Amino acid sequence: MNKKRKIYVTSMRVLMITATALTVALVLFIVGYVLVNGIPNITWELLSTKPSYLNDRVGILPDILNTIYIVIATLIVVLPLGVGAAIYLTEYAKNKKIVAAIEYAAETLSGIPSIIYGLVGMLIFANNFGTSLLAGALTLVIMNLPTIMRTTQESLKTVPQSYREGAFGLGAGKWRVIRTVVLPGCVDGIITGCILSVGRILGESAALLFTAGIAHNLNDIFTGIVSPGSTLTVALYVYAKEEGEFGVAFAIAAILLILTLLLNLAATLVGKYFEKRRNT
Amino acid sequence: MKKNKLFENIVHGVFLILGLITVTCVLLITVYLVISGIPAIKEIGLINFLFGKKWAPTAAESQYGILPFILTSVYGTAGAIIIGVPIGFLTAVYLSKVANKKVRAVIESAVNLLAGIPSVVYGFVGMLVLVPAIRKIFDVPDGASLLAAILVLAVMILPSIIKVSITALDSVPKEYEDASLALGATPTETFFKVSVPAAKSGIATAVVLGVGRAIGEAMAVMMVAGNVANMPSLFQSVRFLTTAVASEMAYASHGSLQRQALFSIALVLFLFIMLINATLNFFLKRSKEK
Repeated sequence: MNKKRKIYVTSMRVLMITATALTVALVLFIVGYVLVNGIPNITWELLSTKPSYLNDRVGILPDILNTIYIVIATLIVVLPLGVGAAIYLTEYAKNKKIVAAIEYAAETLSGIPSIIYGLVGMLIFANNFGTSLLAGALTLVIMNLPTIMRTTQESLKTVPQSYREGAFGLGAGKWRVIRTVVLPGCVDGIITGCILSVGRILGESAALLFTAGIAHNLNDIFTGIVSPGSTLTVALYVYAKEEGEFGVAFAIAAILLILTLLLNLAATLVGKYFEKRRNT
Repeated sequence: MKKNKLFENIVHGVFLILGLITVTCVLLITVYLVISGIPAIKEIGLINFLFGKKWAPTAAESQYGILPFILTSVYGTAGAIIIGVPIGFLTAVYLSKVANKKVRAVIESAVNLLAGIPSVVYGFVGMLVLVPAIRKIFDVPDGASLLAAILVLAVMILPSIIKVSITALDSVPKEYEDASLALGATPTETFFKVSVPAAKSGIATAVVLGVGRAIGEAMAVMMVAGNVANMPSLFQSVRFLTTAVASEMAYASHGSLQRQALFSIALVLFLFIMLINATLNFFLKRSKEK
């Protein structure tokens, strides 16, 4: 091997390894930095109270509850829509133009930045029935529609065609085949879609700032859903950028990071579980 | 039997409507943005709006030029791509071709974690680590600058670049590589001179995806870029298209020209994104055809 080639090979190897090491170091640094600074700030008082100027304390219980409410509300609306759209695409659609239009629309939706969702959500939802968790949730529904649609579609493709034919052969109508054969077959896709969506909802801030607002009031789910409220991520932004409460911000960042870790773990486990079940 | 048929038709109709919801959403978003974005552009004038160098909506003689935002978004995205793509691409080649299974699994889950971290967390870490570091290292009065935004964006696009490139590199047929190895090329030469060109359009997809993510990011940038409407310069506080919308929306009063102009900025951003999506689709189609 001549010298030039040797230099090329060595330098490419070094570059590859450096880049990979840099990526790993970045992950370790961010995770370490947030957890080391955040975990000492997570106290029971912080988790179990609401902010009070009188007692000069910050509590994030309202933000935790708001996050849970908004996740529930979003999933309740987006699941039937996304799963239904996926079923239409794989089971019903024959017209290629309609399929292409729907898929192009889904791709467009997943490319639109969240700040634009926030703006349109404000125009369509918040301006009509007030800044509220519901307006935020409906905005998030549009954002997460492509995710649920895609994961369901992927798993529908793995339902063997022979199952459908068998059911049709036994005289079942189309709806019955979907209900008894197709839907049970795409449970894994729906669960994966849910996990991905929860992750996105947890991390979302720009789309919620102008639709769900930044209030920290303690509400039950029914009052909460129609009143403004901030989720954990929005609260992190407000505490870090506007109020300079870095301790609280670190605590929320650590909580969000731990939740992200758990969600990733759940996604992997679910994927493995269903793969095993399919292969046996 | 007739009743059954009617029922099936109704079910079919319901699913058709569900299927068309995505299309309706896209149309709705487009229509709302166009309707609310046009009035201000009409009043300000397209040329003044797009190429005006000064943004001063609350000054006595208010000016609405968004050239600083457009250029900042373009430079910021370009910077993030210049830094993020080589790192992500080289990592992807290493993971796809060199690393053994265990190492790859561990690093891939780390990359997945990076993808899942909320953007405000990136902004927060950038605000506390990067901004002071830039101030000290380059000895500038304020570290909140275009450079800080570029670095944060570079980190944020890394996971999607890595993941999409890995998928593209994994799907290169083994025969190509075997042939190259049999001809006497070393493994490293094979990866970069055979596998990478074969995965070209997949890698292009990754880059375009990165551009889309970088140009659309708002909150993380808002926390590190300083938010002053300057013309872009590496060490100065700048405002992106996204942050221009986000930072004034909270206090721009209803019905004012300022608020309407914010919607026009969103419309410009939307057009950028549609352009990027079209490019993305082009590359996706090409890599599928192969």
